[in-house]
Amino acid sequence: MRFAAVALLASLAFAPRIAAAAEVTSFELDNGMQVVVVENRRAPVIVHMVWYKVGAADEPPGKSGIAHFLEHLMFKATDELESGELSDTVNRNGGSDNAFTAQDYTGYFQRIASDRLELVMSMEASRMDGLRLVPEDIGTERDVVIEERNQRVENDPGALFGEQMRAAQYLNHPYSIPVIGWKHEAHSLTLEDALAFYEAHYGPNNAVLVVAGDADPDEVRRLAEKYYGVIPPNPNVVERERVTEPPQLAERRLEYADPRIGNDYVIRSYLAPERDPGAQEEAAALTLLAEVLGGSSTTSVLAQKLQFESQQSIYTAAWYSGQSLDDTTFGIANVPVPGTSLEDAEAALDNAIAEFIEEGVDPEKLERIKTQIRASRIYALDNPRALANRYGSALTSGLTIADVEAWPDVLQAVTEDDIIAAAKKVFDRRKAVTGHIRKSATEEVTQ
Amino acid sequence: MIRLALAFVAVLGFSSPIHAAVDIQEVTTPGGITAWLVEEDAVPFTALELRFRGGGSLDRDGKRGAINLMTATIEEGAGDLNAQEFAIARDELAASFQFNVSRDALSVSARFLTENQDEALALLKLALTQPRFDEEAIERVRGQILSNIRSDLNDPNAIAGRIASELTYGDHPYGSSLDGTLESVGALSRDDVLNAYRDVIVKDRVYVGVAGDMSADELAVILDDLLGELPTGGAALPPQTEPRVTGGVTVEQMNIPQSVAMFGHVGIRRDDPDFFPAFVANEVFGGSGLQSRLSLEVREERGLTYGIGSYLVNWDHSHMLLGQFSTANDRVAEAIDVVRAEWARIAEEGVTEDELDTAKTYLTGAYPLRFDSNASIARILVGMQIDGLPIDYIETRNGKVEAVTLEDVKRVAKRLYQPEALRFVVVGQPEGLESVN
Repeated sequence: MRFAAVALLASLAFAPRIAAAAEVTSFELDNGMQVVVVENRRAPVIVHMVWYKVGAADEPPGKSGIAHFLEHLMFKATDELESGELSDTVNRNGGSDNAFTAQDYTGYFQRIASDRLELVMSMEASRMDGLRLVPEDIGTERDVVIEERNQRVENDPGALFGEQMRAAQYLNHPYSIPVIGWKHEAHSLTLEDALAFYEAHYGPNNAVLVVAGDADPDEVRRLAEKYYGVIPPNPNVVERERVTEPPQLAERRLEYADPRIGNDYVIRSYLAPERDPGAQEEAAALTLLAEVLGGSSTTSVLAQKLQFESQQSIYTAAWYSGQSLDDTTFGIANVPVPGTSLEDAEAALDNAIAEFIEEGVDPEKLERIKTQIRASRIYALDNPRALANRYGSALTSGLTIADVEAWPDVLQAVTEDDIIAAAKKVFDRRKAVTGHIRKSATEEVTQ
Repeated sequence: MIRLALAFVAVLGFSSPIHAAVDIQEVTTPGGITAWLVEEDAVPFTALELRFRGGGSLDRDGKRGAINLMTATIEEGAGDLNAQEFAIARDELAASFQFNVSRDALSVSARFLTENQDEALALLKLALTQPRFDEEAIERVRGQILSNIRSDLNDPNAIAGRIASELTYGDHPYGSSLDGTLESVGALSRDDVLNAYRDVIVKDRVYVGVAGDMSADELAVILDDLLGELPTGGAALPPQTEPRVTGGVTVEQMNIPQSVAMFGHVGIRRDDPDFFPAFVANEVFGGSGLQSRLSLEVREERGLTYGIGSYLVNWDHSHMLLGQFSTANDRVAEAIDVVRAEWARIAEEGVTEDELDTAKTYLTGAYPLRFDSNASIARILVGMQIDGLPIDYIETRNGKVEAVTLEDVKRVAKRLYQPEALRFVVVGQPEGLESVN
């Protein structure tokens, strides 16, 4: 299949001239590996990424953090490479590399001069089925991961509370567990745990290759067949069937105090549907709901009502990310001006949303947001890395290329009424977690 | 992530780069404004980067934070438009204008579509030349800045940075945060904000970089219209200053599980003949990869941290060699010993042939990769001009890296890395570590 990303722009009100835009090609290797090529010839640079359809939410019980720990260990030795040789070689060729782990996927990438594609592909293929871990790798790298957790979470009260909140949001689903792992479990992860996870989930039939930038699709196909195509499918890989949430019937409320908090705030998350293949309409309405409520610090509904009109708030926010394999969340938050209690701040937030549902969506505001979304497709053509991420994350979160292609039109089709209907449905307190985060547990009012 | 993307790249003073395909034109307008332009018509939009030299270091005595408050309020209403009307007009055009201020410059990063660029630039001109600074907007933005300051008072990274700046630069503007303090920001008046605007936004201190769908002829007309009405002059720039930090350890107690450590001493001037050997030496020592000496010894060998690096920092008025890591309270003393030992080793021994070759191939190979978007190219063009680099610098830069020899590195490392002058600022509850002056 081959199509041009510029086709996404065909419906633009301001259909602009686009000469050398990004072209997207996709195909599948015989062993089941998906390949996406995003062409952008502006600079002689490529981003080469392999995304695996496995993440933290696929970990066995008691082994939280193993997906991310394995990601670190993937930089150790393979059948062909010494420990650290992949990164070292990328560096020696003027490139950079890194990796990332999320609930639904794990990705590895290199950014390098486009004439080095074969080099990085040969090395990335080597660790797809040839990882050779030894006991000496474990202890030191586990210490590194624990320091990473200290840096990202333990030293940050907002991040610590975020973990508690997600744990309360999901009653049964593993999204309740942090990607980096609970500290007590991360301390006890072993070589056997890492290898078992690797052998269960890594292989070409569970992977998506994305090459973006100065890349020729035919050449990518030739190289992909040469390096990835020879790796047999991993028979252990099975379709992901995760546990699901029971009906959520009881609102959850959390209180958290930490002397490191600079400004008290109230935050709430609601369980919300995600983008599903072929059915992205509700997620599109929720995406625009988040934009209308909190997308601009000046003109969005929460900013207008709470920062400009009543001047009760310093910051307000609303957010939603529809890209998720399973149920996701819709979030809102309010940082009140000093002297306002969190109880009043929460009431003000609820009143603002109730008023919004009553008043409906301002059509001009919605049109402005849609204009910006259309323009963002043009600006994105200047950024092949972002396009690569868009395809890689979608294809490892249950979506298809057709869904990615359709998404801009699905967004443009959302009406004012769709947004209000989505709001009424998602803002269900029985499915919500509300947090009050304070500097001090005793003071009701902060200064 | 296997490693944290450290946000220090821009500090190399080297904010330049490129590839043979990047063709820079110098444009001088009839009104006398100079800009560097890279034309790229593949995508119908343009990135425009303005930088006004001086930035947050031009705060008047007792008015710390005024320029930051002004910068954060400049887009909150202009001409006939109040804050919301301005935002609506900008959003209808799908343009974006970001105003930021650093120690050395106030920057404006604008992005606009070709099809409505005249309207977008007219709006940007309104913000630059007729900002309203309404009392209501100032109060609202002041509240946000105060909340940021309160957050920083509890953030170990911000605390370490504040202490390190005070120790290093004292009363010089570099010695304090340009955000100001709760007290200083709380006391600022609208007149202070207006003075800050007049002190910073002046025509003769602006540098311009443009990349995207625009010709040199178009740009010349646009720039005179956009900037021609700005006044000249501005507040006096601060003096050059030497870091006055001395060797030792400063511990700030804070109840957190992981200590944050910053370290450094004086660096090397950007125009020093030995700058390139120093730059290559530091790539070996504390550069971006996991293969740097600091990363190998502190992270890979001992698992003491998630990330560690060192950076040559070249501000307009001073220069330093800085580094940073975080590690558990009971391991920070060990990590500091390792960093000190490495500091002494490179000063004593220089680097190996293999290390030098690896650093050179990385630096020369990575250079063209920087020029991959309109926004990054526009920023690079401005950075080159501010650093006083010639317009053909991109073509000569890799040659300067290639020319560095083992002897150069050895000579410069001995001069640059001074173990006895190295100061650590540690925030946390480090075990077995006390302040030493």
